[in-house]
Formats: sequence, C-alpha cells, structure tokens
Amino acid sequence: MEYMVGESGTTQGRILCCQCGIAIESNPANMCVSCIRTQVDITEGIPKQGVIYFCKNCERYLQPPESWVVCTLESRELLSLCLKKLKGLNKVNLVDAGFIWTEPHSKRLKVKLTIQKEVLGGTVLQQVFVVEFMVHYQMCSDCHRVEAKDFWKACVQVRQKTTHKKTFFYLEQLILKHRAHTSTVNIKAHHDGLDFYYEGKQDARKLVEFLQTVVPCRYQTSQRLISHDTHNNTYNYKTTYSVEIVPICKDNIVCLPPKLAQSLGNIGQICLCQRVSNLIHIIDPTSLQIADVTAPVYWRTPFNSLCELKNLTEYIVLQIEPIAMKDMRHQKGQGAKSYKHILADVWVARSQDLGINDAQFHTRTHLGHLLNPGDTVLGFDFLNANVNDQNFDKVKAERLPDVILVKKSYDKQKRKLRRNWKLRQMSKHSDALDDDKMERDYSEFLEDLEDDPEYRQHVNIYMDRNKSIPVESSDDDDAPKISLQEMLEDLNISEDATGDVEQLTKCISTQVRQGCLGFLS
Amino acid sequence: MAVRAQFEGNNEVGVFSKLTNSYCLVAIGGSENFYSIFEGELSEVVPVVHTSIAGCRIIGRMCVGNRHGLLVPNSTTDQEMQQMRNSLPDSVKIQRIEERLSALGNVIACNDYVALVHPDLDRETEEILADVLKVEVFRQTMADNVLVGSYCAISNQGALVHPRTSVEDQDELSSLLQVPLVAGTVNRGSDIIGGGMVVNDWCAFCGLDTTSTELSVIESVFKLGDSQPSKVTTEMRDTLIESMT
Repeated sequence: MEYMVGESGTTQGRILCCQCGIAIESNPANMCVSCIRTQVDITEGIPKQGVIYFCKNCERYLQPPESWVVCTLESRELLSLCLKKLKGLNKVNLVDAGFIWTEPHSKRLKVKLTIQKEVLGGTVLQQVFVVEFMVHYQMCSDCHRVEAKDFWKACVQVRQKTTHKKTFFYLEQLILKHRAHTSTVNIKAHHDGLDFYYEGKQDARKLVEFLQTVVPCRYQTSQRLISHDTHNNTYNYKTTYSVEIVPICKDNIVCLPPKLAQSLGNIGQICLCQRVSNLIHIIDPTSLQIADVTAPVYWRTPFNSLCELKNLTEYIVLQIEPIAMKDMRHQKGQGAKSYKHILADVWVARSQDLGINDAQFHTRTHLGHLLNPGDTVLGFDFLNANVNDQNFDKVKAERLPDVILVKKSYDKQKRKLRRNWKLRQMSKHSDALDDDKMERDYSEFLEDLEDDPEYRQHVNIYMDRNKSIPVESSDDDDAPKISLQEMLEDLNISEDATGDVEQLTKCISTQVRQGCLGFLS
Repeated sequence: MAVRAQFEGNNEVGVFSKLTNSYCLVAIGGSENFYSIFEGELSEVVPVVHTSIAGCRIIGRMCVGNRHGLLVPNSTTDQEMQQMRNSLPDSVKIQRIEERLSALGNVIACNDYVALVHPDLDRETEEILADVLKVEVFRQTMADNVLVGSYCAISNQGALVHPRTSVEDQDELSSLLQVPLVAGTVNRGSDIIGGGMVVNDWCAFCGLDTTSTELSVIESVFKLGDSQPSKVTTEMRDTLIESMT
C-alpha cells in the first residue's frame, strides 16, 4: 500500500523549535540546531586531552603497546598515532582531522577533528573540536639499554693474526655490499681484529655464517651467564663468537707441509697465495700449478706465511724468456695449472745492487705475462732471508729458488694521484691505533683492488667526483686501473654507510651502471 | 487551559485518555494521579469516567468520539459497554463498530463536525461515523502518514498537525476542517501529536515533557486560556469601555 504520492512542488511548512520557539524547518528532532547542541554533545566520550610519549634520545614516539616509531611533526604517521589514542572515535563518523600549528618547544600537539554523529532519531550533527596532546618524555627500552650499557646480547670477535689490516678492509667492503652490518649496535676495532655487537644472538649468528661464506675461518662460541630465574627456568646469557680468519693473505709466500702439498696434486711446497676468497688460492710460481685450500683443510694442517709484503725486496728484470705450455715438464699426478699466467725464466738484479755489483739471479716466475726487461718487481730473497718456519726448515736447500717474484711494482705516488674512485666506510669505534700504518695498509689494499679484477668483483667501487684526474703524463704508466664501467655513482647522502640510504644508492647506482654500459656498447 | 500530565511515567497522555466536549474517558491506572488531574480540571463540567476497552488501558487509541457519540471496537466487552453507558450522558450514543482497523483512535481524528479518516477505512464504518458522530467524513493522510488519528489533534477551535505537513496540505486540511491549523510538536519535539495530547474546546492535556513553547503553540491554536489577544477585543472590550466612560 503506497500513499506516498507527494507532489514535487510541495513547500515544507515551518514549525517552532520546541525549545526556543524559533521558526525552523521540521527535522527528526524538531529542534533547532543550537538547541540540539545544548541537548546533546556528540563529542561526549571522546577525550579532549591526551598524552603521547616521546623518547628524547632517539626521537621516536611510542606506539602502544610497545613499538616506537619515528614521525616528523605534523606528519601523517603522527596524526594516525594521535587518533589511535582517542577512544570513542569508533562511535562517530570522522570526517576530517588535521594538526593546528603549535610551537615545537611547547610540547603540545593540537589536533582538529571534524566528526559527525546521528542523534535523536536521524538528525546528523557535525562538530569541529580540538584535542590537545601533551608530549611527555619517556626513554624507550632501546635507549634505556644503551644508557645502562647493557645494549648487546651477542658479540662477534673477528680476529686475524697478521701484521696488517688488509683482510679487514676487504671484509668491510663485503659487509657493506651485503648489508650484513645493519643490525649491529656497535663495531669496535681492536689491534688484530674487529668486534661486532648485537642485540640478539640470531643476528650474531647471521654474521658468523656470512663470514664463513666469504673468508676461510673457524669459530668458537662461549656464553656468559648474566642472570637467571630459577622459578621459570629462564637464563640470560651474553654470547660471544670468536671467529678466527686464516692468517694467510694475498701475496704471502707459504711453505706447505709435505703431506698437504702431496694431497693438493703434488704441488711444490713453496707456493704463493694469489688470493683469498672463501678458499685460499695458491699457485706454485715455478710450475704454474694451482690449488685451493679450504678452511677445514687449512685448520687440519695449518701453515704459516713466510713473508709479509714489507719483507719483499725490489728487483729489476734484466732478461725474461717465456716458457711455452708444451715445453713445461709434466709430473705424475700433477694437478691443474693456471692458464692466466705465463711461466718464464727470468734474470733479475736487486735494485739496491745496481751500480754496485753485477749479481744476477735466475728464477722461474708465473708473472711472464706482466714482466718486461727493465720492470721493477717485488720478490722474496731466499738467500738472505731468515725464515722461521717448521715446514720450511725441512725443505732441502737445493729445492729452494734464490728468489720468488711476487708482484710487479708500480710507482705508489703516481697511482695514488691517479686514483679516481673511493670506497664506502663503516663507522667504527676504534681505539687509538697506529694511523700511519693503517693508511699504508689501506693504500695497499686499494692497490690490490686495482691489480686484481677478481678480487674487486665483490666490492662496490664508487666514482670520486672530487678528485681532479691529472692530465695523462707523457711516460705512459701501465699500472692497472679500474675502468669506469666498474664504478658506481655515489649519492653521498650519508658519510658512513650505515643507513637505509644505502639501498637507494645501490639501486640508483645499478641503473647508472646499466646506463653506462649501454652508452659504452 | 493546557495542562501537563503523565500516565504512570508515560508522556503519551492521548493513548490513555479520550477527551470530548461532553465526556472524558481515562484509563484505569495503578494510581489515581492521572485521573485526579483530569478530575480537577473537568469534574464540574463533564463526567470523567474510568474505563478500559477490550481489557486494555490504551483507550485513547482504541475508541473515537465527540460530543454526539462514542465508537468502540468490536472487541469491547459487554461489561465495559454497560459501564460506559451508565456513566456517560444520555445524549451520547455508544456503538460498537466491526472494523478491521480496530484501533479507531489511530485511524480517525474528529471534532464535532468533521472527521478525517484513514483512506482504507470501511465504507460501512464511514456511514456509522456520519450517523453516530454527526460528522462529515474525509479520507485523508497526514504528511504522508495514513494514521491520521495518531498524527493530529483537532478541536472545534483549531487543529495541531504533524510537523512535516507541507503548506499546501495545511491549506487543504484547514479548508476541510474550517478551523485554524498549525503544524507543531508535543512532548519536546515528538511528532505523534494525537498520542501526546488530548484536547476539547476549552481544555487540553499534554505530556509532562511538553515545553513551554509547545504549550503556547497549543494554547494559541486551540484558543485555550485567558491570555489570548482576541480576548481583549471581545470579552474584555465591554469592561474596558465601561470603565473609561
């Protein structure tokens, strides 16, 4: 039954408001708006004041129950945090919300809300009101632990028993590239290694596992009981992982134990360490035979380095005769050979002897592809060296070469000047260390990166825009350089790369790299 | 005179009472307060009768009547009929109506001359209305509501209608009823006017919640009370002129 045949042209009659007697159009409450306002308060049940907590140290706001979030003033996040504080907002219809500007020092936030609510049988009232929040200080649990010097639960001590820090420079680059350091709370440098501190044991374990994939190492775990609760059987430990990296580095001459040498394809005992990845790559410079030593094999039969880079002597190449592959003698049970190197007979003289005597030394070298007569080369002088090594003592003297050439040497100053790239660095808390020595190690590490493309393939290299590259000098130096394709554009937003910025940088730099490659091809 | 009243805490006085120019019916309540208010105002003029209809207290909604008669639904018991017959003046005819829409107070609104009825009311009922109550019957709606009895209150002096009634409808109703008419509310904004108040030519009762504004609207449209501006020109005129001469 429908009787609703109301004509469209009807005019709504006016009635008197039942409270104040003002003439109004009829509405469900039959009251004028101001009278309804006096009768009902739609903001009833919504608090007009509130408190939000702010940590002064890390500048974060408490998001109940216990997370802390970073919000800027008048940001959307802060607004949502404020609105969550207001009980009773679910009973009304929130139309608009916004901040009213307040002095940042006043520690007050004013939020202007517009709400709608149905009252008295169908009338919808809209009201604008302001809620004031007081910002109270409360130290967050993270900062609290830092203040209490109780901020680490697990520590990874990475140690290498060497005289230089090049492995750690390399590790730093790997960690930066793989962002393995993101959850560290502190990194401390010690005289033969680094300490990484973590809030949780899991994060520390992750770093240890990462280290095992990039360098040959072994680790030990120890726990220290901090506190325990006998009632519910909970224990609070501080865990320490002690990671020991093998003390063999790139360009070290090693003397293998006879058994190990035999098991590695009958390689010669005196070998040169070419490179250290997660394996130790060694090469026999007299036969070009190569072998890889894994960390477990190394720790079963450890061997020491015979010399450091600083023990090497500089030689001048007098004459060089490459030996063809087919002319090389093949021994029984011999392992793989390197095809990247060329074996050569070489006659060298000490640079310090030039003009004093005519002492010449003959040796075989794996650097046949690099050396030309007149080049300077660094080598280890077995004749004059005083080596203190168990394995070496047992090697027969007639099997020892006079000299082992390790690497070609270039002018360090010129290389440093020409270097138009840089690396990112982690912020470390270091004790007073020998700065000169550190700098020397670092520049040697950079040279190593330039020398070996395989070594640097796991490292992010950034273009250095600040460096003005000098005009190509007339005497063409053939020192290896890093090509432009391998470099990344550095956004240089944060000085130390411990932030989210890095991811952005990485993403952009890959684009730049692709673009660069496209341009070059 | 407009008086505020309450039936056992309920403001809907039109539900529990029926007021005409010749009699007043009041529901049987737990206390006599409600009855006393009516009695105090009316006892000297018209009989105020305690009654129930079909055992219910909601007598105002069940029956319809005016000076000439009273119509009750078919479900009214003989005893109740007898009691009303005995109490009401002899000039008032009482009749049962066999009507599907048995809440007669909700579907019919009338004064002594005109009745507005629900559009679906029986033709037979319409005839009985015209015979017994001696009224002209118009099928009407009140602001698109079919329950005309619930949404308006009519006396021979004026009429109060649903607040949503449009100006055109008000004009039409006014011309049918031949009385001044106003849209308004009772009981602090309630639009159920027939339920919220009862009125005759000199007296009105409305719910306790009714505001003074509403009360003044009721008094002015039904021409109740002594403070009417018209009073000065009619009744007081002679006295004034006399005193000035």
